[in-house]
Amino acid sequence: MGKYGEDLSAKYLQDRGYQIIERNWRCNLGEIDLIAKEGNRIIFVEVKTRNGSGYGHPFEAITALKVSRMRKLAAQWCAEHKSAGSKVRLDAIAVLIQNGKVAIEHLKQVF
Amino acid sequence: MVAKRLLAKSYAISLMGLAGTVVEVESEISSTLPGFVLVGLPDASLSESKDRVRAAIQNSGLKMPDRRVTVNLSPASVRKQGSSYDLAIAVSLLAASGTLSSASVEGCLHLGELGLDGSVRKVAGILPSLMVAKDAGIHRAVVPQANFAEAKLVSGLDVIAVDSFREVANLHGANLILEENFSATSKQEAGTKTNLDSTKDFLQLDVSDVLGQEDAIDALVVAAAGGHHILMIGPPGAGKTMMAERLPGLLPDMNFEQALETTAVLSISGNRAIANDSLVLRPPFEAPHHSASVSSLVGGGMGIPRPGIISLANNGVLFLDEAPEFQKPVLEALRQPLESGEVVINRSGGSAKFPAKFQLVLAANPCPCGNSFGTGRSCRCSDLQKNNYMSKLSGPLLDRVDIRLSIFAASPAQLALSRAKTLSKMGTNVTSAGLREVVTEARSRAYSRLRETPWMLNAQVPGAYLRKFMPLPAEVVSRLDSALAKGRMSMRGYDRCLRLAWSVADLAGRDIPNELDVSKAIFLRGSEDFGRLGNG
Repeated sequence: MGKYGEDLSAKYLQDRGYQIIERNWRCNLGEIDLIAKEGNRIIFVEVKTRNGSGYGHPFEAITALKVSRMRKLAAQWCAEHKSAGSKVRLDAIAVLIQNGKVAIEHLKQVF
Repeated sequence: MVAKRLLAKSYAISLMGLAGTVVEVESEISSTLPGFVLVGLPDASLSESKDRVRAAIQNSGLKMPDRRVTVNLSPASVRKQGSSYDLAIAVSLLAASGTLSSASVEGCLHLGELGLDGSVRKVAGILPSLMVAKDAGIHRAVVPQANFAEAKLVSGLDVIAVDSFREVANLHGANLILEENFSATSKQEAGTKTNLDSTKDFLQLDVSDVLGQEDAIDALVVAAAGGHHILMIGPPGAGKTMMAERLPGLLPDMNFEQALETTAVLSISGNRAIANDSLVLRPPFEAPHHSASVSSLVGGGMGIPRPGIISLANNGVLFLDEAPEFQKPVLEALRQPLESGEVVINRSGGSAKFPAKFQLVLAANPCPCGNSFGTGRSCRCSDLQKNNYMSKLSGPLLDRVDIRLSIFAASPAQLALSRAKTLSKMGTNVTSAGLREVVTEARSRAYSRLRETPWMLNAQVPGAYLRKFMPLPAEVVSRLDSALAKGRMSMRGYDRCLRLAWSVADLAGRDIPNELDVSKAIFLRGSEDFGRLGNG
């Protein structure tokens, strides 16, 4: 289901003019779901998918700890790809699936 | 890209003593990850409000915004405490998220604590809070149903009482179904409650219960009429406590301002139920145990000033039984409030002024063992012990006490006499209700005489004023003058007698005290050497 949500999110971003440059990038610190580019800005995206709202909003699952880990991952990615100094942004995307209907929410700059 | 900012605000009250400030509860919702931030100097109990608000909103069938909520309590530099902000925080943030109408929420003061199930619970200090709100120009207030009777005492405010958060939400444009078990029953109960209830416990303590002791009752009536502080000395079991408990029953109802003031202090203290949550009309009676600390008696509180027992006894009676057993600093702390009728409490969180216009009644045994009366033969106390015991009371505190009364156990003859009197209906007038009428009349006499002055009662008038502007004929005060000349009476004692003489004259319906009134005053003033009272 996580994969399905990430697919939907990637399509959602592409539809809005983002260029997906990497998916499920991992290193020893963890994983970044999506890395996209908008103009010269690199965007690191955490995708949360939920089926039904019984466990609260997907965004509520993104804790302060998770955000700080994302920042470290982003720095790591930039170092490995020689793109230090470029503009970056951390985004979160919530994919809510309810009764077969899908809702996507996109939050920009969530640190 | 600038995200859309969602803002709304409502109002609550931060109380410091009886005074307070209107607090703007403003909420902002920013489009970032969900969170709930509460700023503006909340204390621990207020910080917990976040979790109550979240649960109450969700259990009322509403949705917490799934973005970050920042709630600011402005002015952000004033320290805030307590749970009464819950309601304002909840409506403010829901208005910011667009669930409720922000225009409707903004025009309203909200006071109340939220339960996790969405119920609205009662809070302390509703009466003074609403008085502050009214002065600040707020027209509409939402209060807990349990505080409604108290809230209604403030005129000129549109007060809406609620039981559950759903009702509040519906008020501001939500459309929720109200649950039956919340509202209906408690509303009916509130409807049958009488608003102005003047029958209280102390009316049931009647002076007709007292057998014998005519002198003591007489002194009590004078004390009630003139507002004189009183010291009673007598052996254990003589009836000191019984007499003191019956003093409030002799006092007339408080006037509206006094009642409002007294009720407001009770409301702040929160731990004492106001009868039927309505205006307290009867003078309060407070009898702290002699282990009481200075801060419990005068006022204290952790961080935030809270009223002490003397403020709860405002416009009523403060009874200190076994007065010499109180710690000396506790007794000394009473001096300043006795003088000014108010007390200023300073704490780290600020300072507050509380009213403390109480009538002091002190009771003491004649000595530590209590037997030093009559011939004093069965007393086993040493002179040193007796001295130490009574010296607790000496000095400036007793300067303020006009009446010093010795109470002896009623003798069998007195009992027989009072029984005979009751049978022959001679003493039928001696009931609290009857005496209260006499006292009320005497008080109105004093009041009209002192109309032009800042005082209302004889006990409040300084001696210098009495001697200068209300002089008595020489033949009337001849006994006082000769006592003064012979050194049997101090000038202070002289003034005290004058004050008492006026009260006695007021009771007798005379325009000016005569010789007899002065003689009675001398009797009531009692011995200055009260330590050896009745000792042979």
